[in-house]
Amino acid sequence: MVQDNFLGNYSSCVAARSTNRAILAGSQDGGIVTQLFAFALEEGIIDGAIVAGPGDEPWRPRPMVATSVAELYAARGTKYNISPNVSFIKEATRSYGLDRVGIVGTPCQMQAVRKGQLYPVGLRDVPDKIALAIGIFCMENFPYQSIVQLVEDHANTKLENVTKLDIGKGKFWVYTERGAVVQLPLKITHKYEQPGCHVCLDYVANLADISTGSVGTPDGWSTVFVRSKKGTDIWSKAMAAGCFETKPIEEVKPGIELVTKLATEKITKNRKTIEERSSFGVGKGLRNPYI
Amino acid sequence: MSDKITAGHVHMSGCTGCEVAIADNYAGLLTLLDKYVDWVYDLTLADVRHIPEMDVALVEGSVCINDKISVEEIRQTREKSKIVVALGSCACYGNITRFCRGGQQNQPQHEAFLPIGDIIDVDVYLPGCGPSPQLIKNVCVAAYLLLKGSDDQKALAEAYLKPLMMLSKRGTEACFCDLMYDVIDQGLCIGCGACAAACPVRAITHEYGKPQGQRDLCIKCGACYNQCPRSWFSFDVVNQYESIMETIDAAMAP
Repeated sequence: MVQDNFLGNYSSCVAARSTNRAILAGSQDGGIVTQLFAFALEEGIIDGAIVAGPGDEPWRPRPMVATSVAELYAARGTKYNISPNVSFIKEATRSYGLDRVGIVGTPCQMQAVRKGQLYPVGLRDVPDKIALAIGIFCMENFPYQSIVQLVEDHANTKLENVTKLDIGKGKFWVYTERGAVVQLPLKITHKYEQPGCHVCLDYVANLADISTGSVGTPDGWSTVFVRSKKGTDIWSKAMAAGCFETKPIEEVKPGIELVTKLATEKITKNRKTIEERSSFGVGKGLRNPYI
Repeated sequence: MSDKITAGHVHMSGCTGCEVAIADNYAGLLTLLDKYVDWVYDLTLADVRHIPEMDVALVEGSVCINDKISVEEIRQTREKSKIVVALGSCACYGNITRFCRGGQQNQPQHEAFLPIGDIIDVDVYLPGCGPSPQLIKNVCVAAYLLLKGSDDQKALAEAYLKPLMMLSKRGTEACFCDLMYDVIDQGLCIGCGACAAACPVRAITHEYGKPQGQRDLCIKCGACYNQCPRSWFSFDVVNQYESIMETIDAAMAP
């Protein structure tokens, strides 16, 4: 078990991508989340998964309990705006009757899940039913209206024509169905970030069973951290079933060094923000949620 | 077993839902009673008329300050217990009893109810309407380890219970408004959805990715605020979630 101040605890870290072409066709990077949930569904490890499904407006996600592979496919890809997935965590065990729940979420959502398991104030009978929590790397998130602002105003593109959004290589990318590609420098996107993200002290979802993201690996691949006992067990079963093609993280560029660098930058910057909040006013500070 | 702790359930003005939540640990409750706890007082389950000395008192319900017996019993509970736990949201925050206006047969003049923290000092809050059986189990095991465990176990139990002890010092008021005041207005909300999941009356939806409460529906239970990862969050505890849950599971093995 590796214990890292910024990357958390993990039993292994690899570069990986799904071996299923259908998954890769609509996935953000290596199709890790969709492939893991599809495998877990088919093996009966989970009865369903809370994912960011399609909402009422283009690129506006809505939490959805996927109980079939087809529903998982509908939720592929990163939306870059808020999907309150944790809001379904009790509902999944009630209305949907799931005994083994999968959930994907950002690092803060993994924090909510683990706090909820240890301190289930309003989560009766939920703690023992979290069967697979997959975390995604997250530098920051955006409200939906910020995505509208960035895509329709700055990038001058109608959201309904967008086929993919991506953040990588220092830019915010907008791909359209006609093949046009618009890129915005991240210095434009920063001011539209969700403010609550600026006190977040987790980049790679340290509390997930398995966490994944694009940073560290070449296009079409994902970096995967396998963390908990549950995560290790499920990952090894998925590997044995041939779900993933992997490479040692040491053999890919830019590799884990970039993940460490970005994690360190995010957490250092946000620690400073928390510190600055303590003297925000004149002799008065803003709240620090961490005790 | 001589090293058991003693505990009891004190019934103030509550609906017995909290006690049912204790029982909803099913076989786990039997394990608790077998290994860790002598259940010395409980109006519903034990034939004991007066509040005895005990290590841990789990108090359900708010205090009707118009009822002399209730006031006397909550005072005695404080005097005779090492640790007083406010079990459930009525004891912690008043919850639904905040809305009582009296008029109920056969004591219509019983109209004023206060959370127990307005009458006595409380050591630990265990909020929820009803509190989840799993949180009750976790707190019971932690309380046992704190009183009877090894040094390591004591440290772990203390770290686990610390946020719930801090809650008991924070105050006796709770509402969806806490999320507004302490999380959203403070620029801390990340729209994760934990509050909406926790709300027992489904009063919380999301607007612009942020929770919006129908305040007419809010029963002032404090579940949303306390479930939020940005109201209070201890990395010391939550980073160890796996080992803590294993410790509790091991303790609860029959």
